[in-house]
Amino acid sequence: MEVLESGQGELIQPFDLDEFREWNRTRKTRKLVEKVMTEQEAIAQFVQDGCYIGTELYGTVRCPMSLAREVVRQGRKNLRVCGQGVLELDLWLAAGLVKKLDITYIGLEVYGTSSCLRRAVESGQVETCVEWSNAAISWRMKAAAMGVPFLPTRSMLGTDLLKYSAAKVVQDPFTGLKVALLPALILDVALIHVHRADKFGNCQIDGISGFALEMARASKRLIVSTEQIIPTEEIRRAPDRTAIPYYLVDAVVHAPFGSHPGEMAYLYSRDEPAIKEWVETSKTADGAQDYLQTWVYGLPTHAVYLERVGQERLAQCVARRERRQA
Amino acid sequence: MSAPNYSKTELMICVAARLFEDGATCFIGTGIPMLAAMLASKTTAPNLVPVFEFGGTGAILEELPRAVGEARTFHKGLSALGICDTMESAQRGFVDYGFLGGAQIDPYGNLNTVVIGSHDQPRARLPGSGGGNDVGSLCWRTIAIVQHDLRRFVPKVDFVTTPGYLTGPGAREAAGLPRGSGPMAVVSTLALMDYDPHTCRMRLKALHPGVTVEEVQANTGFDLLLAEQIGVNAPPSAEELRLLRQEIDPERLYI
Repeated sequence: MEVLESGQGELIQPFDLDEFREWNRTRKTRKLVEKVMTEQEAIAQFVQDGCYIGTELYGTVRCPMSLAREVVRQGRKNLRVCGQGVLELDLWLAAGLVKKLDITYIGLEVYGTSSCLRRAVESGQVETCVEWSNAAISWRMKAAAMGVPFLPTRSMLGTDLLKYSAAKVVQDPFTGLKVALLPALILDVALIHVHRADKFGNCQIDGISGFALEMARASKRLIVSTEQIIPTEEIRRAPDRTAIPYYLVDAVVHAPFGSHPGEMAYLYSRDEPAIKEWVETSKTADGAQDYLQTWVYGLPTHAVYLERVGQERLAQCVARRERRQA
Repeated sequence: MSAPNYSKTELMICVAARLFEDGATCFIGTGIPMLAAMLASKTTAPNLVPVFEFGGTGAILEELPRAVGEARTFHKGLSALGICDTMESAQRGFVDYGFLGGAQIDPYGNLNTVVIGSHDQPRARLPGSGGGNDVGSLCWRTIAIVQHDLRRFVPKVDFVTTPGYLTGPGAREAAGLPRGSGPMAVVSTLALMDYDPHTCRMRLKALHPGVTVEEVQANTGFDLLLAEQIGVNAPPSAEELRLLRQEIDPERLYI
């Protein structure tokens, strides 16, 4: 296939599919071993300076916020990140942890653009932004999950988005159509928050699955945080509910309200005042640092964070949750 | 003339809502498109099937979603899957309409949500494509909702994030984008625009009440084509305003 156009963006996570197979053969146990640990242990063990890391789903929805805050506390540097992010990536940008971005969207949704992203990119603190669409980044993970080097798509064609990505345009040898080839994305480590998991890492998600299935299968290391740890018998009673099987998982962290101030479908809703606090304070660099001091550096664990939020606020989030229809 | 009893944003939402086709599948992004979809589902398009990019399809929009992944995007819904499912559905032709926003729009309906200035040394870094490029590439028809001023309606966008008609007739197909897809309309704070079928350039179709052609042109950074007959959009009805203010956005997040 002749390459008709090449995006000029850097492939910031080069990949080797046979090396990934070898990794999955030798570094991921098939045995049912207990993987329960704390946020501190999981981040210390699996997140290294300079690694390529991703979070799922995003900022205000089923987001591994307790893990994201621990990454900030441990000050992992020069991270290469794919995002798709709201509060979680904002925290990393504000803390100066991010060096390169495969960026799809970083913003504050209803509250507009991200001041942290603006400061970090416009100042050159983030060295590279490689552009992708939301579907493209998910399909890149899907390619890795399939164990193939790329997936073709009819998205991104004809635009500057493609020009500043690392995709390539070719003529499809079967139909003659022009398609964009999206390179597989194999992450060094992924952080995913779920509703329930057993101690081995079998995970259940309620509501939409976002890109959890693809990201879990595209990552060399996977840290799962979970609202609840359940007995394996419950997993075995409903195996059709397992979205992420245990052998993909390296760490299981028990994190009730782990998505706070974001929501968790059917368990608790967004904590709007807490989100607005970040929206307002992060408008200035000093404000963002104050917030990090108050809500991240100053609180050693997720349990202490929840104490500071307070039972009353958490109870309000629970009261306002989406309920299943009777 | 007395001041109208509605805001420009309310009018824009009403005009956008009336474009929803009943029974169609429709990709809904954060913000104004969500309000328009809710209004449509409570008025002219009760069988609308909203599609939210992170996996919610067929939700009953009883409360305004504040994010494209939150539980309200699959409230009483028909399915709650993932982003690959919704985007692949669009890629194989199952999503009829998509609603889009942007910081800049050009005469061919191309949208920018990535940077103001140059990509590598931007004057302003914007959030990025999100699902915007996919919606503009893969849905059958797209409708942009944009505040009308010279900063946003520009001759050339700084960065083509989401494809409209690109450089004109045939350009989408030449780039490999799906046949028969493309922009259908723009709803702004001043008017409703569509696209001339021969040149693919934006065309003024109907003015908001009290707005003149000159005013629209003065707030547009390129020459707008004019439809043979330029209509006037109906102001929000009392019922539309009641729904917007009391049921859809009682917290006044947007209106």
